[in-house]
Amino acid sequence: MSTATVERTYRDYAQPVWQRVLLTREMAVIALTLGVIAYANSNVDNFDGPLTLKFLILDIAPILLIALPMTLIIITGEIDLSVASVVGLSSVLLGVLHEGGMPIPAAALLALIAGGVCGALNGFLIAYVGLPSLAVTIGTLALYRGLAVGLLGTKAVTEFTEKWSDLATDTIGESNVPVIIIPFVILAIAFAWLLHFSTFGRGVYDIGLNAEAAKFTGVNVARTKLILFVLAGLVSAFAGVYYTLRFGSARGDNATGLELQVIAAVLLGGVSIFGGRGKLHGVIAGVVLLGVIASALRLEGVTVNVTNIIIGLLLVASVISTSVIAWISEWFPQKK
Amino acid sequence: MKFHSKRATAFAALALSSAMILTACGGSDDSDADSGSESSDATTVTFLPKNLGNAYFDTSNAGGAEAVEEFGGVYEEVGPEAGGGPDAQVQYINTAAQQGINALVVSAADPTAICDAIDEARDAGTAVITFDSDTSPECRDMYIQAADAAGIAKAQVDLIAEQIGDEGEIAILSATANATNQNTWIGLMEEELAANHPNIELVDTVYGDDDDQTSFDKTAALLQAHPNLKGIVSPTTVGITAAARYLSTSDAKGKVMITGLGTPNQMREFVEDGTVVGFALWNPGDLGYLAAWAANAFVAGDITGAEGDTFEAGKLGEYTVGADGVVLLGEPFVFNADNIGDFDF
Repeated sequence: MSTATVERTYRDYAQPVWQRVLLTREMAVIALTLGVIAYANSNVDNFDGPLTLKFLILDIAPILLIALPMTLIIITGEIDLSVASVVGLSSVLLGVLHEGGMPIPAAALLALIAGGVCGALNGFLIAYVGLPSLAVTIGTLALYRGLAVGLLGTKAVTEFTEKWSDLATDTIGESNVPVIIIPFVILAIAFAWLLHFSTFGRGVYDIGLNAEAAKFTGVNVARTKLILFVLAGLVSAFAGVYYTLRFGSARGDNATGLELQVIAAVLLGGVSIFGGRGKLHGVIAGVVLLGVIASALRLEGVTVNVTNIIIGLLLVASVISTSVIAWISEWFPQKK
Repeated sequence: MKFHSKRATAFAALALSSAMILTACGGSDDSDADSGSESSDATTVTFLPKNLGNAYFDTSNAGGAEAVEEFGGVYEEVGPEAGGGPDAQVQYINTAAQQGINALVVSAADPTAICDAIDEARDAGTAVITFDSDTSPECRDMYIQAADAAGIAKAQVDLIAEQIGDEGEIAILSATANATNQNTWIGLMEEELAANHPNIELVDTVYGDDDDQTSFDKTAALLQAHPNLKGIVSPTTVGITAAARYLSTSDAKGKVMITGLGTPNQMREFVEDGTVVGFALWNPGDLGYLAAWAANAFVAGDITGAEGDTFEAGKLGEYTVGADGVVLLGEPFVFNADNIGDFDF
């Protein structure tokens, strides 16, 4: 196995630069996304209408946002299943505090802090106590959701200052692009810099490839993981504030199951569930791809169950394709 | 596990594309069918219940589909899975706006949370009619109400009076002590009893908390505490079912009457075994049917939702719009052994 890997690595660099840049998993996802958009534009009624872009971005914004820290976490070989529960908790906090008379910005700030604390608890248990992230975040998935539902019960807070709830669905000037794209672009640039252009990011990949080796080369593994989980908590809480204002509804069950959509998009975007491999542009394309498919199918009147089946199959196919390719490369070694 | 080679990447693209082509083909079939029927200027009506796969809304959707077929429109139904909140409904309202549907008939999952999305759909030219559950009046065009509180209270009093021969002791088995709807109805029932049924005495009101077991136990306690009890009215579907289940196996079966608000599927066995003579609710099929006709009249410009507007609703006849754009379906519907077989919800 190891010799095969070495051999393939040499072959990689034997290829011209344009092939190494263009023929990647990320480019395949981007091409597929553009293909699906083009297909939907000409074949799905009303997909080319003016509202499609706006609603698409409004719908996928929480997934886009949370996918940023999730990508880094999965690259380190960990996972965070509690993100949707943090969205729900921050939504409920915003609602309860606002109902109690607090203005939206202050309530949102407290919700963000709570999100950071949630993330810090995850990170502490995983990075410093050394528990597996799968187990920890399944636990906190239930814990944070339980707190959210417990705080508000089956009620919903639906009265929000109009200025802020309008802002969540507003568009930039006369365009069809919602303003939520602005914080997303800022965060995307920040996360891209962090992952792809900083020492911290090198450490993230090193941890995913081999945490022991990373430690010996001077990467502070525990601190890196803690920071990533805190970032996930903060971004999830921000997504929760957006979610609440967009729908004008703070409920304990808001965004239930969103974590699966985030993880599905991250994996579809080419991030390895085993860690060590993946790029942010692939993930962003993955989120857009799933959003476009859901939007197009909804316009076609396809029921949500069928949509879930199709997205599930696509995800399984994308994961299987990785393994199938590995088998094929082993069974039919390329002749040199 | 790396696959940086050219062949491998090409294969990945191929595998993904073929998955997509399969899915996309499924979608395009529908699109052909849709565009075929939309090419005429038929009124497009989309029903958006709180959720799909629920017998109550299946029945109302079927009523809507029947009406849309009668006036030659194009019917579609969409909706979230069970458990979806207002956020799930918003996506479907947005989709209706994108499609430029003529009328969206929606059972609101929340009175205010979906209003922004509804505003946007109305800006895009879609009429929004609520049915079953309303939003704030200013955000929709019209609301089709199943039954009003006075009608619900009177129907239940009439049923029990008829079943016990208009005299004797009765009791009420309600939901929770602070349930708003139930308390309104109970207040109106008391007024109706005092005004028109002097020989009926309401001896007790108990609360089963809309819990099956509690309601069952409270029924047993009622019968023990009031040996001369002739009837029980339960204005909640959980209560009436539990009370009927208790009565069906007790000595009081046939001697103590039980009526109230129930659904045919839950009450069927007790109507068939004779425990229950009749109970009330509205007919969700008629509700959907009326909503679709109201949507048609609104889209055609025959009505604007103003108080006093009138429109024809097929087999149901003529309806008049009330205050705040509310159209009342009518008196509650009485289910009995003769008609219960016609309903499945």
